[in-house]
Formats: sequence, C-alpha cells, structure tokens
Amino acid sequence: MTASLEITSLRYAYPDGSTALRGVDLRVARGERVALLGPNGAGKTTLVLHLNGILHGGGGTVRVGDLAVEPGDRARLTEIRRRVGIVFQDPDDQLFMPTVAEDVAFGPANLGLRGAELSSRVDEALAAVGMAEFRDRAPHHLSFGQRRRVAVATVLAMRPEILVLDEPSSNLDPASRRELSEILRALPVTLLMVTHDLPYALELCRRSVILDAGRIVADGGTVDLLADADLMARHRLELPYGFDPALAATQIAARTP
Amino acid sequence: MAAGHAHPLHLHRDSPVHRLAPEAKILATLLFTVVVVVTPRAEFAAFAGYAVLLGGVAVAARVPAGWLARRSLIELPFVLLAVALPFAGHGERVTWLGLSLSVDGLYGAWNIAAKGTLGVLASLLLAATTTMRDLIAGLERLRCPQVFVQIATFMLRYLDILADDARRMRIARLSRGYDPRFLWQVKAFAVGVGALFLRAFERGERVYLAMVSRGYAGRLPAPDGGGASAAQWAASAALPAAAACIALAAALP
Repeated sequence: MTASLEITSLRYAYPDGSTALRGVDLRVARGERVALLGPNGAGKTTLVLHLNGILHGGGGTVRVGDLAVEPGDRARLTEIRRRVGIVFQDPDDQLFMPTVAEDVAFGPANLGLRGAELSSRVDEALAAVGMAEFRDRAPHHLSFGQRRRVAVATVLAMRPEILVLDEPSSNLDPASRRELSEILRALPVTLLMVTHDLPYALELCRRSVILDAGRIVADGGTVDLLADADLMARHRLELPYGFDPALAATQIAARTP
Repeated sequence: MAAGHAHPLHLHRDSPVHRLAPEAKILATLLFTVVVVVTPRAEFAAFAGYAVLLGGVAVAARVPAGWLARRSLIELPFVLLAVALPFAGHGERVTWLGLSLSVDGLYGAWNIAAKGTLGVLASLLLAATTTMRDLIAGLERLRCPQVFVQIATFMLRYLDILADDARRMRIARLSRGYDPRFLWQVKAFAVGVGALFLRAFERGERVYLAMVSRGYAGRLPAPDGGGASAAQWAASAALPAAAACIALAAALP
C-alpha cells in the first residue's frame, strides 16, 4: 500500500541563509496518527509548509499518496492541496469569510464543487466537528474553541488524504481541548500533528517523531519517546510537572477499546 | 439571510423592506439620491414630496422616527457649513430679526440642508434594513469590481480583530503607566500604530497562506442565491419612480 506521506531527504534554507531543514526523511502510512514534536525553531512549521508545496526548492522530495509535489505543475498542486489539509495555529488566519458555512465552502468551491454537492460537503464537515448548528454564524461571534473546530471543518470539507494540525491544542481551555481530542479521535483520516503539548500527543498519536535543528532525531512509539528522559532533555522537550507517560498510556489504553 | 452580521446602523427587524434583495435596495437608494440631487433647489413642494416618500418607506420598514433622527446627526458637520452661507453670500439681501441675510445664500443653505438630509435618510434606511453581508453580496451582484468586493469582505471580517488588537495594545500601554497628557508623549501611541500595521500586514500574509493551502487561485467563489426576483426589483423601483414623478410634476409649468 502506498504511504499517505513520504518525505525523502528534504532540505530547505530561507532566503536570508538560515538553514531550516537538513535532510528530513519521514513516512506516514495511511490511517496512521503521528505527532511531530520538537523545540521552537526546530523547523516544524517549515516542514509543514513543504507538504503542500508552499515552500520548495531546497532539494529532496515530498510525495502525497501517489503524487510527488511538483511546484511548477499547477493542476497537480491543486490536487496536492486538496490531499493535504493544513489547519493553521490561529483560526482567525484560517477563517476569513463572513459566515462559517461560506468559509467551509471556500476550499471545495476552489476545487470546482457547486450547488447541492457543495452544500452537502459543508454539512458533512460541520457535522464531523459538531458545529452544524453554527453554519450561518459569523466566525468572530464564536468562542476560540469553536473557531478551532470550524477551522478543522474547513479542511475536512476538502476530504484530505492527510490532516495536518499545527498546535491544535494551543490557547484552548481544558474542556475545549478535550472536545477537540474526541473529535480528532473519531475522524477516520491520516493525521500529522505538530505540537508542544506532549500529553496531547500521547493521547492522540501512537507514534511520534522528534524534529530538532532540521533533522528527525527520533522516531518511535510516543510513550517510549516521552519516557526516555535523556532523549527528551537533549531536545529541549519537557513533560508537565508530575506527568507520568507510562501511567497515562495505561489509562488511555484502558479507555479506548 | 445571513444572520449575525449586524453593524451599528442595522436595525434587526422583519419587514417587507428588510426582505427585499440587497442589490435592488442599493440601486433604488442610488437612483432616489440622484433624483433628489438634480431637483432645482426652489422646488419646495418636490422636497416635501420626497420626505413623504421616505416616511412611507420608514413606516414599511418599521424603522422608528427617533432612531433615524438620532443617527442622521452625522450630517451636522456638513450642515454647519451651510449655516454660514446666508451671512457670507452676495447679491440681494433680506432682513430677518435684525440680521441681514443673502437671499442667494439662504437658497444655497436650504439646498445643502434639504438634499443632504434626504440623502442621509435614504442611506440610513438602506443600512437599517440590510446587513453588512447582504450589502456586499448586493454590490457583487451589481457587478461591482471584484477587487472592491474582496477588500470590503476582508474588512468586514478583520476590522473587529484589528480593533481588538488595538484595544489590547492600549490596555497593555495603560497597564505600564502610560498616560499621555502632552503632545511629545504620544510617541508610544505612534509606535503602537506602527506595530498594529505590522501585525495586520503579517496577519495578511498568514491569511493568504491559509487560503492558498485551500486551493485559492485568485478568485473568491461566487455566493449562492439567484438574486432579486422581478417582483423585488419592481417593489424597490417604486421609491425612485415615485420620486422621479414628483420631480417631473414640479418641473412641468
């Protein structure tokens, strides 16, 4: 089976000369959920912007399903951007249309959907994040947690091959954080989650990779990585005070059937 | 119609005027204003007729007179200019309460006040009965250039966020003891305005990235909905048509 995402020796330097990625290799199988961990400035966001061809040109390849990202090929880029659904950190950057429904419709409309088909996509995506009754509301009248959920819906409406979330739990209150995790666990998609919230990574992703200084420095079971104190300290990763990954893992295993 | 897009001038009611398609209302307001402006200033009866027409629309739209009156104060600065005209004007003069006033200036002042008030009232009625969202949709259906419609759309979405940013920055300044009393202390405020501009600019970049990630290729999708029906156009045309009849009747000897 082809992988949902396959990155091979990806490199990138910003125009000012600072090197962000120094040969990244990563394979995410279809249906897998992977957390991308790493300190600030590790290159996580740069990597994410390569997945749909917004950044390119530093060498290496990115494949999404059976398609390689080819920056010059516009039609292919459109298909890549359908397949890779990126939910950005600030929902106010993502939600720019006057109403929730119009915003969710924006992506599929760019793909050429119209009329009843478009509207059923919107309903389906909003239902998946539990926001169906808010379809005619203005985004700035929603709570932050609701806006984050709508931002997820805007991407789900494009039926992506892989859902990429940039800091999905940031700025959420504990209840919204839990609601979002319930929604994400119920979605039948491949997931790549960039986060500093290590307990969240443990809860949602069986596998984690650590990116530091533009390289993947560790790849394994989330609970194993989080329990490796030396590895964590080397890459400036810290668990919340008093958090025991092994204990949390047994609790999560007991909860999910 | 899209709920939740009120603006300070919008009056949330349900009335036949509220239900009219926005493009028809915009065009009707525009035509009505044109008729008012081209009416010769001495046709006092015609202006009274226009006022009666607007009164009829206000009743149909269930907009209270007090609400309209308060908001029409916005034209005061312009009318103040008109008050000066009778004193400054040349030519034939009349004496009233011991004041010597120019007849031409009096006509000029009346002209500005009457036409301005009628125009402001018509615009207020449009704003009261149409949400911001519908105004933009109406402009789009009237084939207003895409770039203006898109700018208006983004302004509508991000104005509140920018205002919030500005408010938070102000509170942060005040919290650190900033209390400008003199002109040379406004530096922090000026720097704040610059920072706000940079924030808006950076947000623009991020919004664009997020849009491109969802397949944006330079055109916003057209909103659904067929636009105004013939009946709605006809109903909206009643106001400018009646105004035009009054203007013609006044113009005929």
